[in-house]
Amino acid sequence: MLLFPAFLIVVVVVLIPLIMTFADSLKHYNLLDMSGGTPFVGLQNYAKLLSDPGFWGSLGRTLHFTILSLVIEFILGVAIAMLLHAKFHGQWLLRGLIVIPWAIPTIVNGAMWRWIYNPSYGALNNFLVWLHLTKTYHQWLGSPATAMNMVVIADAWKMIPLVAMLVLAALQLIPEDVYEAVAVDGAGRIRSFFSITLPYLKNVILVVLVIRTIDAIKVFDIIYAMTGGGPANSTMPVAYYAYDATFNQLFISRGAAAAYLIAMLTLIFTIVYSRLLKTEEESK
Amino acid sequence: MKMKKLTTILSAGAGLSLVVAGCGQPIPTNNTTPATNQTVTLNSLFMQQAGYSQQNIEDMTKAFEKFHPNIKVNLTFVPYESLHDKIVTALATGGAGYDTVLTDTIWGPEFSKAGFLMNITKDIPASVNSDAYQAALNTVSYNGQYFGLPWIMDTKYFYYNQHMLQQAGITSQPTTWNQVMSDAKILKQKGIVKYPLDWSWSQNEALVCDYAALVADFGGQIVNSNGKLVVNQGGAMQALNFMVNSLKDGLSNPASTQSVEDDVRKVMSQGQAAFMLNWTYAYALENDKTQSKVAGQVDVEPLPGTSTVPYPAPSVNGAMGLAIAQNTKYPVQALEYIDYLSSRQVEEKYAALSLPFYKSSLKKQTVINTEPAMVKAASVQFNDMINRPSVVKYQTLSQILQVQIQKALLGQESPQQAMNNAVSQWNSQQNQ
Repeated sequence: MLLFPAFLIVVVVVLIPLIMTFADSLKHYNLLDMSGGTPFVGLQNYAKLLSDPGFWGSLGRTLHFTILSLVIEFILGVAIAMLLHAKFHGQWLLRGLIVIPWAIPTIVNGAMWRWIYNPSYGALNNFLVWLHLTKTYHQWLGSPATAMNMVVIADAWKMIPLVAMLVLAALQLIPEDVYEAVAVDGAGRIRSFFSITLPYLKNVILVVLVIRTIDAIKVFDIIYAMTGGGPANSTMPVAYYAYDATFNQLFISRGAAAAYLIAMLTLIFTIVYSRLLKTEEESK
Repeated sequence: MKMKKLTTILSAGAGLSLVVAGCGQPIPTNNTTPATNQTVTLNSLFMQQAGYSQQNIEDMTKAFEKFHPNIKVNLTFVPYESLHDKIVTALATGGAGYDTVLTDTIWGPEFSKAGFLMNITKDIPASVNSDAYQAALNTVSYNGQYFGLPWIMDTKYFYYNQHMLQQAGITSQPTTWNQVMSDAKILKQKGIVKYPLDWSWSQNEALVCDYAALVADFGGQIVNSNGKLVVNQGGAMQALNFMVNSLKDGLSNPASTQSVEDDVRKVMSQGQAAFMLNWTYAYALENDKTQSKVAGQVDVEPLPGTSTVPYPAPSVNGAMGLAIAQNTKYPVQALEYIDYLSSRQVEEKYAALSLPFYKSSLKKQTVINTEPAMVKAASVQFNDMINRPSVVKYQTLSQILQVQIQKALLGQESPQQAMNNAVSQWNSQQNQ
């Protein structure tokens, strides 16, 4: 009974839209072509999407974004968490400061990094020239070869604190005496990291992996703020593809089908991670 | 635990699903007008950008409400980049939404076809019909029917830094694009400016605006009279080759491919460009000492021509109009409101921020005095503005052009191949 309000919210804001969206995805529903109404077309929208090289291209870019951002966020997130876990003067201050990037709204973060990367007056070019690492200003977001990687860096800068904070919380739960025991057995820092720290962090890493993978697959706002999908579509992820179909082409059913495929993709990742988590729990 | 897992999984797709599902309602038409003594509230959507400021629009609205005590107007402001989507989400759902909206010249066919906007052909004031520039009227008409009233009149002008030209020994401003290129070479060779030209060529509508103007200047077409996309031939190809070559020759700033108009305006303000195309708003800012290092050096002219299209050559129509939502409950009051905002009296009062679309207004000394050089250029350019293609699927066409033009500019495709791709992609879109 106590769960009823939550259940009601889930039904109204999640289940009903999901059902309506699925129903729309099975129609030919284009606001610019309503002469024949919205006839049922079965899986035609899905078939059209799956035969569209543009959709596969956007899916490839989404995976590029997802994998690269997860790798960067996890390596640096864990490293920063380890650093913050160590005892040193000013630890409390650093722990507070690390949250700042995460607290910045994504759109603001995107606008900020767009300025940093600006090819005419951006801070990054200026800094690299000052360090004598380059003599000319680079088109960081103007080249299809670098644009997506630069967007990933901007996104990672914002999201690393989240990973670091969750990992830090898990680190603080590891009993000190476990480290003392392996130290007695002669294990060094690297050995104790892989034998003690990492196994203890496995669960939190899997949980963070689920959250960040879902977020990364749905990436839209930072792309919207930084590149608008350009140059030459080189940063257009699949969520942007769905947005374009819905809002620019007003092709509601095509956008709905794209949104469903994104939801399916996130579902697959979620199931895989859940299985991994379950296996981990069962093995204990 | 199961409930928690289900919520997590469902939430993953919920954001997008909500957005998509929200567009799926039919559009009701309910043109009931309340009694005249009843106070009605209109909801109006505007953009928060250059031209009229938010304060200006609030002042105009207050003045309107003073003369129409039974009408209150709630104003909503969004950036230009969000305006199209805001209109779509508000009007496609058929709910209360907005009674009046600010609409761009390129959205008319799309919104008309989708049934978002009210046909007001019979209600166009005589003063607008007889005195408005043709480009202003084109902005709010489709297939001979009017879906709104003109409001913001704008086009892209040719801006140049006369001080830089003088330094290079160039005595007059260029009047052809060939001269622009040769002057740019001199400026670069003499080390006056590294990249003499700067453009708004990021993957954005701004790119299509610059491209459309150049296509017209080279005597080409984007869509021909039969409605076919013809960007892979004639003047359209010359225009794209011109753009690509200007980058290859190091005369156009490579940063152009990631710039929009305001980025370009800032680069020129920093003294890092001698030539640019930009909207009306840039003139005041380029010559504002608090915002520009080159204040007093920047002049404005109509667009240069070519051997086939002499100076003054056409520029792109960037006007915007005020329209009434098809599903408004108050069409009479909404019409009164947009009628007032687009009246000659209001257009002239705020001429310093956006030039009036009335021909007679640009001859008035009070309007000329606001920015004499700007009004002089506008008086010529307003007579020669071309529309971007008036097609229902304009957003799709624009997206195809943006990507393919960028591929040519970035050297990913030859200009000819890129435009052939654009034509074949557009043709296949027509069959969907």
